[in-house]
Amino acid sequence: MEKRVTFKGIWLPLLLVAPQIVITAVFFFYPAGQAVWQSLFIPDPFGLSMQYVGLDNFRFLFDDPFYRASFVTTAVFSILVTAVSMGVALYLAVLADRLIKGSGTYRTLLIWPYAVAPAVAGVLWLFMFNTRVGVVTWYLGLLGYDWNHVLNDGEAMGLVVVASAWGRISYNFLFFLAGLQAIPRSVIEAAAIDGARFWTRFRTIVFPLLSPTTFFLLVVNIVYAFFETFGVIHTITSGGPQQATTILVYKVYSDGFVGQDLGSSAAQSVVLLVLVSILTIIQFRYIERRVHY
Amino acid sequence: MATVTLDNVRKAFGKTQVIHGVDLDIADGEFIVIVGPSGCGKSTLLRMVAGLESVTEGEIRIDGARVNEAEPMDRDIAMVFQNYALYPHMSVFDNMAYGLKIAGTPKDEIARRVATAAGMLQLEPYLKRRPRELSGGQRQRVAMGRAIVRKPAVFLFDEPLSNLDAKLRVQMRLEIKTLQRELGVTSLYVTHDQVEAMTLADRMVVMNAGRADQIGRPLDVYSNPKTEFVAGFIGSPPTNFLDAARLGRRAKGARLGIRPEHVRIVPEAETDLGGTVAYAEPLGAETLIHLRTLDGQAITVRQDGAHPIPEEGATCGIAWEPRDEMHFAESGQRV
Repeated sequence: MEKRVTFKGIWLPLLLVAPQIVITAVFFFYPAGQAVWQSLFIPDPFGLSMQYVGLDNFRFLFDDPFYRASFVTTAVFSILVTAVSMGVALYLAVLADRLIKGSGTYRTLLIWPYAVAPAVAGVLWLFMFNTRVGVVTWYLGLLGYDWNHVLNDGEAMGLVVVASAWGRISYNFLFFLAGLQAIPRSVIEAAAIDGARFWTRFRTIVFPLLSPTTFFLLVVNIVYAFFETFGVIHTITSGGPQQATTILVYKVYSDGFVGQDLGSSAAQSVVLLVLVSILTIIQFRYIERRVHY
Repeated sequence: MATVTLDNVRKAFGKTQVIHGVDLDIADGEFIVIVGPSGCGKSTLLRMVAGLESVTEGEIRIDGARVNEAEPMDRDIAMVFQNYALYPHMSVFDNMAYGLKIAGTPKDEIARRVATAAGMLQLEPYLKRRPRELSGGQRQRVAMGRAIVRKPAVFLFDEPLSNLDAKLRVQMRLEIKTLQRELGVTSLYVTHDQVEAMTLADRMVVMNAGRADQIGRPLDVYSNPKTEFVAGFIGSPPTNFLDAARLGRRAKGARLGIRPEHVRIVPEAETDLGGTVAYAEPLGAETLIHLRTLDGQAITVRQDGAHPIPEEGATCGIAWEPRDEMHFAESGQRV
């Protein structure tokens, strides 16, 4: 049975939710409204006047091959980031779950990267892979591999994916570990007695029972890959080479603040907003049905 | 079907020894109940047989073959857990079929075996349901069904009835007994409930702090307990223990044990031992009378419900036949 608190008046509950509403209004609804409004105009280069253009900004956008390419880039990027960060985190969590001694230390060490800001993480990885002074680049050079993410599309994508996923692993790890530890020991033992070895147990018992956690992380990670990876991309590749790592959110920035095309940038924000809403709705409606609670 | 042998089995968690050498020979088809208070190591012992805990010392043999190092799945056992440990995301059918599917049993054979087990346990209407849609007793049956369908050599039960309410517990107790007789599978059953132990066991093992104090048939254990612990643990209400020195007669050993049903209330003139009635519990068929002797020791008398019940606060004499006395040394051993 769900327990509900009932209030007599309307004012106290309003007061209690007011801070959240104010924050959402100021930092989300207002800018989002502005974006929708601005996406219908083209300002002049000096920002002194605006001309109403209807949906021309959108029409122009979808005719732009670079913008369409950015969709593909974003899809590849977010699938890779989500897959890498969740896969590695799950693997580490399964190992940590089996650990009895020293699990505290192990856990703490794994959680640390989460405290590193995306931009800082980006810089860390950039230094390691710097084409001239990077440590990893130097070792790769010794092995005869010429690392150059400034020129090579694939290497650039690989680097931003790894850097973005790295900070995310800690977060996913925490949730996976908690999820694993919430599975009753005796259920696993019953499966072991029933003849299931480790991998079978994982596939048929552990993973299905973990699905609420996995589903939650899937949603959160995709949203993360869409938006919060801006810092990493900005510090490592700035969207290059040749827009190879320009995901949608980065294009909003580079077209709007670098290219000074505010109308197009606003239209892109709107597209992004709609896209993420659709994605989340799809996820909740179709994937959640297969989740065992 | 198989025999199970425990040969000086010991278990230690780090430096803490929890099982101090248990020897037990279980015959084919025998129903053995391990009973003891919580923390006596009975569950640990069962889990060692299951292969869920390692054996620190000694040997466990199933059908003569050493299984100390064998994985649980290689021991040909099935276990029923206290919390049932059903797979929450699978239907009742899939729960029961899980082990068979892994073993690669043909589909029609699985269907047949699950149907047979479901028939035995009256689970047919629920095969498509998930565990969370079942009552406690039904879940218990599914857990039993999961054990039965695999036709294991040994059944292990880890306090399977302790999550059920009293009435259901009595009913399931009977069902388990009937089922075990029918299937004739060697069973090892752990419980803290001495009534379960008495009613289910062919032989019972009374555990006390990591040791098997006594192994024997329930009635033998009841009428002839080897230690003070067994005398006190088996039987309800428990055996009365009196300080032998204070009784001042026939002092053999440190304490004298006498079961409540062996104590009689007699006129004060006929005996040298008496007390005041603290309170009486008339249960219908029998009456429990709690007395306090003059030197402050508590004694419970169990008498037929038809006998007159003395008033609370009244003084009366008590007596028993000397052959019913049990004498225990300071160490707790019977003398």
